[in-house]
Amino acid sequence: MSSAFSAIRIIQPLPLNTTTTRSPEKPLFDPLKTTSSFLGSTARFCSTSLNKPSSASHLRRSAVVAVSDVVKDKKLNSNSSLSNLLLTKEEGLEVYQDMILGRAFEDMCAQMYYRGKMFGFVHLYNGQEAVSTGFINLLKKEDSVVSTYRDHVHALSKGVPARAVMSELFGKVTGCCRGQGGSMHMFSKEHNVLGGFAFIGEGIPVATGAAFSSKYRREVLKQADCDHVTVAFFGDGTCNNGQFFECLNMAALWKLPIVFVVENNLWAIGMSHLRATSDPEIWKKGPAFGMPGVHVDGMDVLKVREVAKEAIGRARRGEGPSLVECETYRFRGHSLADPDELRDPAEKAHYAARDPITALKKYMIENKLANEAELKAIEKKIDEVVEDAVEFADASPHPGRTQLLENVFADPKGFGIGPDGKYRCEDPKFTEGTAQV
Amino acid sequence: MLLHELLLFEALQEGLEEEMERDPRVCVMGEDVGHYGGSYKVTKGLATKYGDLRVLDTPIAENSFTGMAIGAAMTGLRPIVEGMNMGFLLLAFNQISNNCGMLHYTSGGQFTIPVVIRGPGGVGRQLGAEHSQRLESYFQSIPGIQMVACSTPYNAKGLMKAAIRSENPVILFEHVLLYNLKERIPDEEYVLSLEEAEMVRPGEHVTILTYSRMRYHVMQAAKTLVNKGYDPEVIDIRSLKPFDLHTIGNSVKKTHRVLIVEECMRTGGIGASLTAAISENFHDYLDSPIVCLSSQDVPTPYAGTLEEWTVVQPAQIVAAVEQLCR
Repeated sequence: MSSAFSAIRIIQPLPLNTTTTRSPEKPLFDPLKTTSSFLGSTARFCSTSLNKPSSASHLRRSAVVAVSDVVKDKKLNSNSSLSNLLLTKEEGLEVYQDMILGRAFEDMCAQMYYRGKMFGFVHLYNGQEAVSTGFINLLKKEDSVVSTYRDHVHALSKGVPARAVMSELFGKVTGCCRGQGGSMHMFSKEHNVLGGFAFIGEGIPVATGAAFSSKYRREVLKQADCDHVTVAFFGDGTCNNGQFFECLNMAALWKLPIVFVVENNLWAIGMSHLRATSDPEIWKKGPAFGMPGVHVDGMDVLKVREVAKEAIGRARRGEGPSLVECETYRFRGHSLADPDELRDPAEKAHYAARDPITALKKYMIENKLANEAELKAIEKKIDEVVEDAVEFADASPHPGRTQLLENVFADPKGFGIGPDGKYRCEDPKFTEGTAQV
Repeated sequence: MLLHELLLFEALQEGLEEEMERDPRVCVMGEDVGHYGGSYKVTKGLATKYGDLRVLDTPIAENSFTGMAIGAAMTGLRPIVEGMNMGFLLLAFNQISNNCGMLHYTSGGQFTIPVVIRGPGGVGRQLGAEHSQRLESYFQSIPGIQMVACSTPYNAKGLMKAAIRSENPVILFEHVLLYNLKERIPDEEYVLSLEEAEMVRPGEHVTILTYSRMRYHVMQAAKTLVNKGYDPEVIDIRSLKPFDLHTIGNSVKKTHRVLIVEECMRTGGIGASLTAAISENFHDYLDSPIVCLSSQDVPTPYAGTLEEWTVVQPAQIVAAVEQLCR
């Protein structure tokens, strides 16, 4: 644990002084922040990271490399075998497919929303796919994932069928939550997706509880092989919330098998992270509680994957929690209702150029892991999956009146005893949903 | 029937321990529940017996450890969360409302939350405003939870066991001043119903509905009333949500007069909801409007005299019955 307190080298984001949002002339930049190394950092993301691990050194065994650096490396070393690469062809195709699914699904959501098929608050994940895929692709089915309202892609990555998610968004009975949860409450017992939460921060204690269960099973129930890990996803805004800090404390205190993943997309609706946070370097807050804190380029799925391997491995071995800050970006507004007027077009363009899907595609092709045709085939397959999901959701029925009172209580005796002495739930009108409760 | 004598806090502990023995998934979480044995000794000795993970001393972070209990419940454990004082659970309102109450529904029934949230509440002896709160009135609207209040060693043990065995999230309200009540309870195992009210004293003239500590003020008033020739029927409603409309209804149909005596504040308390429920369901059987005696809508004062005037006293109950039965 001592290394958690030593200086941790972070992977610096791409030079910040090239992005106009952070320059002193722009109104969103806070001049009080000039002394922070996070802002206006002159440290460049350089190829020395090939040799030196650029994040918590005890956390990784292999150096994390930039996609572009690997490409450079490849060109220099034409005799290198495929084993130098960060993933195999099969893994690459799987990862690519997962990210394409996330992107295509969310794009379809936008279309469906504007066509009046889904309503309310819908928060899309475009641009952040590397984080979801990077982590969840490495998990087992028994591991748990907890998310926020931006949860469609986490559910999909974890294995919830696209049909079930789309139906849920359409509010149909065939949805993963019978249409009762909606966009912000994706749950799956089968795939261990523990939600889907509307209030930021409220999912983190739930994730901590799932990790606690895992430890309890191993140590109290003596299920020696129980090594389930929980991954909690949340944003930069959440990192100023009490529940975040309280759970970092408890997770480190009891060495819970959990990974806290911060999807720092720099914006909480219209509130810039830099305007809301005294020290915007979130990864630093991990060591303050006694766990490693790592910053990683969240637009690069290979880098995220390497960090995720270490963090998940740590948790699985019983070594405790980790805090991983993924620098990422959402290409769309906070939700489909957000006009997204505050973000600088230059900032958006900067991150659009770092689209994780484009980057992976380039990597796979340049390293001969796949060719254009294979990747196109995947894209076509996913298009069909998403189309099918929409058709399925469209054709599914809306919930009937009888569904209204179901699931309020696991044990419907909780509705109490009626004037006639019988439990309310025994009233035949109860199932019709017309009973007075 | 073999009986043994104990105090209310011991009865709670007995119920808790029996359930922990019976099911290894039952665990306790809260501040000072472990090594300290609980601020009111309900968990005394349990950490030594079951270990620090099963009787978990938490940091002072109510919202987070309540949420943690919920996450643990979703993944197969059966946690009991102790609020050192129920008032502290105001910090956990986010988790209790959104996750405890709602998750079973929003997940389409996939996840159950078999948590028990318990702790001492109510007006004590000059504990000051913040330590004298009645959270049952704040929590009652949350859909998906059940609320019960214990008042005797017998029902404390029975309700504790029932709450732990229930698949629903249950909030068990104990009272700071009742922990040292003594009673002889059965040796044989028993579990009470979470949804049923308790007939304390059958009668003919008036139905007095009460719960928790006010039961004792009512019984004290009942002595005076009997001497004056009245015959009150006293029911301890026990189940604050949902109400046992059968027991209550049968009583109303018999006496035609209802007096509610509660410790909640006048505004928005359990009494207010009970008044509405009785009006709706049994209006035809009432000979006079329902009278509800509640605490004053004031933050509980520290000064002893003021505190006494905040809560309902037996003399007021006697006067109200006399008024009702005129």
